[in-house]
Amino acid sequence: MITEKGLWNRLRLRLLFTGPTLFAFLAVMIVPFLYGIYLTFTNWDGISTASSLVGFQNYVSVFQDTVFWQSFLLTLKYVFITVVLINVVAFLLAYALTSGLKGQSLFRAGFFIPNLVGGIVLGFVWQFIFSNVFVYLGKEMSIPLFSASWLADPDKAFWAMIIVTVWQYAGYMMVIYVAGLMNVPKDILEAASIDGASLPTKMRKMVLPLMVPSFIVCIFLSLQRGFMVYDLNISLTKGGPFKSTEMVSMHVYEKAFLSRDYGVGQAEAFVLFLLVAIITIAQVYFSKKMEVEA
Amino acid sequence: MKNSSSTVAWTKFAVLFACLLLFVFPFLLLLVNSFKENKAITSSPLSLPESFSMTNYSDAFGKMDYVSAFTNSIIVTVLSVLLISLLAAMTAHYFVRHQTKFNQYTFFLMVAAMIIPFQAIMIPLVKIYGSIGFLDSKWALIYMYIGFGSPLAVFIYHGFVKSIPAELEEAALIDGCTRTQTFFRIVFPVLMPTTVTIAILNVLWIWNDFLLPSLVLIAPDERTLPLSTFYFFGTYTVDYGPLMAGLMLTILPVLIVYLFAQKYIIQGVMQGSIK
Repeated sequence: MITEKGLWNRLRLRLLFTGPTLFAFLAVMIVPFLYGIYLTFTNWDGISTASSLVGFQNYVSVFQDTVFWQSFLLTLKYVFITVVLINVVAFLLAYALTSGLKGQSLFRAGFFIPNLVGGIVLGFVWQFIFSNVFVYLGKEMSIPLFSASWLADPDKAFWAMIIVTVWQYAGYMMVIYVAGLMNVPKDILEAASIDGASLPTKMRKMVLPLMVPSFIVCIFLSLQRGFMVYDLNISLTKGGPFKSTEMVSMHVYEKAFLSRDYGVGQAEAFVLFLLVAIITIAQVYFSKKMEVEA
Repeated sequence: MKNSSSTVAWTKFAVLFACLLLFVFPFLLLLVNSFKENKAITSSPLSLPESFSMTNYSDAFGKMDYVSAFTNSIIVTVLSVLLISLLAAMTAHYFVRHQTKFNQYTFFLMVAAMIIPFQAIMIPLVKIYGSIGFLDSKWALIYMYIGFGSPLAVFIYHGFVKSIPAELEEAALIDGCTRTQTFFRIVFPVLMPTTVTIAILNVLWIWNDFLLPSLVLIAPDERTLPLSTFYFFGTYTVDYGPLMAGLMLTILPVLIVYLFAQKYIIQGVMQGSIK
């Protein structure tokens, strides 16, 4: 590559091409992230300009905050169930919709629709369905399961969150799986059929191993979205009844912005970051090992 | 033989169609109820409306301050997406063509930063920008979207710039183009398919985003569509008719765009996932 002459010209080019992006990136992500680590060692209340260093006191408070650990465990459970269900549903849909069915691209487009709409709106729509439509059905057809609103019962409200999450993201992951399935070479599948391989064998020995890259992406995305769930939480259940469905992200928000406990809130956010980082890196690292070449 | 395979195909079609109905029925339900009166919605949510009255819509339109919220959402989304695409393409191009240690580390930092959840940044972000008085405006929001959106965009562009032959740019330079001209006349047009992918991923994110705007925008006339929907729902919890219409009004613009750009959106998501 031809290099630009003169120090000033090189610097000007660098500033023009990378300056705005790097400035915004550093000022919006990196500086607040580092400053956030500093905040976890202070007792800032959100109003006063002065705050003092308190050492590890905030982290001690995090460990004593049982509500935080409850929402943490709840989030883990929620993430685990949704990741499994989203990916199973999405893969089955993708598999069915790459088999040369009539109108399959229309089907794909239809299943994708929930992803066009934000979690806030979807949560409100389902709030209406769970607390009105299902209750109405329960009364009319006397189904005891629907006799009272799911959102008024801690366990059922949790499952309502799961149902809506799976409904919301399955279409998105389906699209990614469709892309992966279309890249599985047809000729080797045909060769296997001629050699007498049954459908389950082909699935287990060829399709699934070749789909590992798609699984990595989809599991990564659904893990991340699961841990960060907030919109749906606040619009569908508001964390209720009695804070029983309050996920960790909502808890951090309330701790910092409503209880004005910024230091502890930020320390909890940092614990969340560590956990998400460890889990996602481990997931990508271990599943990369399972990748194969066609 | 032929008969049984067509039966299988039909069952498959029927099962998938039932699934699809299950997927879209919340939206159908919303549409049907948005034309009904409050009483009809609560007493029989599944029945069709007796008459198509638009009062719910005009009610929601006014109470949500729809025009203002819609305009804000358009401004924020369009400007953020244009700036993210352009600036990230320039940065990725520079990184690929100047493979110094510094650039490689910076690129690595951007990729690594994608793992940071927004919740770990939001509190200090609000504190920093609140203390310098740079909150409560669309411009602050757009600037933050550039910061949050650029890592993924730079990452995707980086992969595609590598596939553009350097000779193409050298030829342009020899013919007398400056670096900047080369980028705008040769590189950026070649990157167009990638730009479409990045634009689609970012539009889906920014148009629907709630948490960041809810922290940054405070004044009611700065609200974006998800925010005004949220406050509308919080204020009129029992007024079901207008609420249904309000949700419909929020969904409708995206659905209309999807109707025309459906193919590109699905492709964009596919492309964006293959890294």
